[in-house]
Amino acid sequence: MPLNAEHEIHRRRRSRNVGLGIVLVAFVALVFALTVVKVQQGDMMEAFDHQPRVSALPPEQPEPEDAR
Amino acid sequence: MSDINAYEGAPEAEFRDFIALLKPRVMSLVVFTAFVGLWVAPVDVHPFIAFCSVLFIALGGGASGALNMWYDADIDAVMQRTQNRPIPAGRVDGNAALALGLILAGFSVMMLGLAANWFAAAFLAFTIFFYAVVYTVWLKRSTPQNIVIGGAAGAFPPMIGWACATGGISIESLLMFALIFFWTPPHFWALALFMKSDYHNAKVPMLTVTHGRPVTRRHIFAYTLVLAPFAIWLGLTSVGGPIYLGASVILNALFIHGGWRILRRDEDAAVADGYAVEKRVFKLSLNYLFLHFVALLVQNWVGAW
Repeated sequence: MPLNAEHEIHRRRRSRNVGLGIVLVAFVALVFALTVVKVQQGDMMEAFDHQPRVSALPPEQPEPEDAR
Repeated sequence: MSDINAYEGAPEAEFRDFIALLKPRVMSLVVFTAFVGLWVAPVDVHPFIAFCSVLFIALGGGASGALNMWYDADIDAVMQRTQNRPIPAGRVDGNAALALGLILAGFSVMMLGLAANWFAAAFLAFTIFFYAVVYTVWLKRSTPQNIVIGGAAGAFPPMIGWACATGGISIESLLMFALIFFWTPPHFWALALFMKSDYHNAKVPMLTVTHGRPVTRRHIFAYTLVLAPFAIWLGLTSVGGPIYLGASVILNALFIHGGWRILRRDEDAAVADGYAVEKRVFKLSLNYLFLHFVALLVQNWVGAW
């Protein structure tokens, strides 16, 4: 029996590998599409990153005149 | 050459065995009810976000299915209906199922939070916990009311769908919960009436085993009575309308009639005709739930109140 004979076990293993491959590729496509949709909707894409940044803060309200 | 022996005890699973761990048939119910909950909500959701949300809710449902199969492998091996599931059949290692369940649970919650909102994600996490721990680990083997409380896990998906769109809870989503919650006991007890020996052998305390079958018949009828007002009430909220109300009144009349017929029969009559009435009511219960949610979709399409 040659060493490269295909066994039932190899078929099962391939089914697992191909299946997981498809799932991963589909997940990449899904996250990409989700990103495109979220950006198009104008959702905030920046979050807190250990120090405050002007671009990630809520817009400042101008102070009313008589408060001074 | 018999190299197969080298692999004994280490099952080599196929991809579809892992799919089977996610309980695809339960998943289809989750997908449908979650979708309806999301769709009829008063907030418009981008179709792709809606698709992703339903997908991740379904994945969370699948995760709890895998955790359930991991924990219940011992009783699944005894019951005829479940003997061929991947773990008792020896196709998937128990630990692999546990790992798959935990990873998918974490994954689906995180992704639902990123796709929709974190309230819906927390709700999904709670649902997975409720089904895998409260129902499977705690209640299923200890009380004949297991079905009643476990039914809550199956009733959460439309609420999660609603939460994906609105970010909260409201009377409509609570009533969708009540619809599935009170539907579950008569549905499963009708099944238990004609699947008696199975649960008995597995020592799962089904009501039929612990309190007897006449009590179960009374319970089925009582729950169809409790269910009806909630189902009809849903038709009076903002997601209801004449089409839903009409469908609901007819379906509830049929279901109560079915419960009444089950109540009026004794065991001899049931054995004599091979549980014909019980089987018919079980089928009716499947259509009952499906058609209620279809009616919600149709009502939303033509315009609710």
